[in-house]
Amino acid sequence: MPGTPPRGTPDDEHWFDDAAGKLIRPYTVSGGRTEPTMRMELLSMVMATGRPVHNQLGPDHSMALGLCAEATTVAEIAARLRLPAVVTKILLCDLVDCGAVDTRAPDPLADPTNPAVLETILNALQRRL
Amino acid sequence: MPYKEGSEFFSTALKLLIAGGFGVGKTTFVGTVSEIAPLRTEEILTTASIGTDDLSGVERKSTTTVAMDFGRITISSEYVLYLFGTPGQERFWFMWDELSNGAIGAVVLADTRRLEDCFAAVDFFESRGIDFLVAVNEFDPDYRYEPGDVRGALDLKPEIPVIFCDARDRKSATGVLISLIKYLLETHVDSPSLENGAPA
Ligand SMILES: Nc1nc2c(ncn2[C@@H]2O[C@H](COP(=O)(O)OP(=O)(O)O)[C@@H](O)[C@H]2O)c(=O)[nH]1
Ligand SMILES: [Mg+2]
Repeated sequence: MPGTPPRGTPDDEHWFDDAAGKLIRPYTVSGGRTEPTMRMELLSMVMATGRPVHNQLGPDHSMALGLCAEATTVAEIAARLRLPAVVTKILLCDLVDCGAVDTRAPDPLADPTNPAVLETILNALQRRL
Repeated sequence: MPYKEGSEFFSTALKLLIAGGFGVGKTTFVGTVSEIAPLRTEEILTTASIGTDDLSGVERKSTTTVAMDFGRITISSEYVLYLFGTPGQERFWFMWDELSNGAIGAVVLADTRRLEDCFAAVDFFESRGIDFLVAVNEFDPDYRYEPGDVRGALDLKPEIPVIFCDARDRKSATGVLISLIKYLLETHVDSPSLENGAPA
């Protein structure tokens, strides 16, 4: 096993045995954790704060941080890291925890069916025709 | 806790779901309307996610992760619209809970040669109260159906729009999104302000 031993309690039952090859890397990347430390959604926004990070970041954390230079979504970071969404969320939560990244979850109170928002979308789409 | 005051540099991400059976053209559709090449994200399937279903069936390639393709369209400085192509089978519904939470609406893509492939998506959106329309992706003009036939086969409520499209064509696919937003406006707006604004 390369790298640090897993922190937390791995729940091996949780994963498919025949998937070991594919799952070992994400599992190692996330330090054995299987859940993010805070609620993060695919469309949560993340952005680097520019604040200096005191602990040494591993390569995966550094890469994730590098992708946050501009405000972007968790989904896009996951896609660019080619890591499963849950693993990406764990990495990003670590970066939030150490102050390197700010995040904003989708506003749970925002009404996606707000007519003004729908009109804005409609106009933007019509301009694309 | 994840909320950050004064974070006006964050735009608001809105989402639409593009659902339907395997091979119906979801990825194609997302790529056609997106301003970026479609990106792919994966969710890990856990035993808990799939109940008693055994995975060694239809989709061998996705025994460990489920891929979702997505794209985006910048709406304004304030809003960005994300389109997620989501596999329609019932055993992926665990993913849909997060995906559909806060979704504006959905497009169910249908292939008239295999209409039954979109039953699960229709059921899901109906049961969660997510507004959707059905867009028939026309692969083979010889299989041309009338909208009424599709409506009947899918047992759709009369108000749900059924339209035809070519997922490879930007105007056609963008037109599907426009139809969806117009339908949502009709559904959610009682105000008459639309009558003189929106083109028919
Ligand atoms: N003839 C035709 N082929 C299409 C159309 N839309 C998609 N395809 C093709 O159908 C195949 C499956 O499409 P894909 O977007 O990958 O389906 P998905 O599994 O729903 O994501 C691809 O080879 C596409 O090029 C269409 O409107 N007409
Ligand atoms: Mg696809």
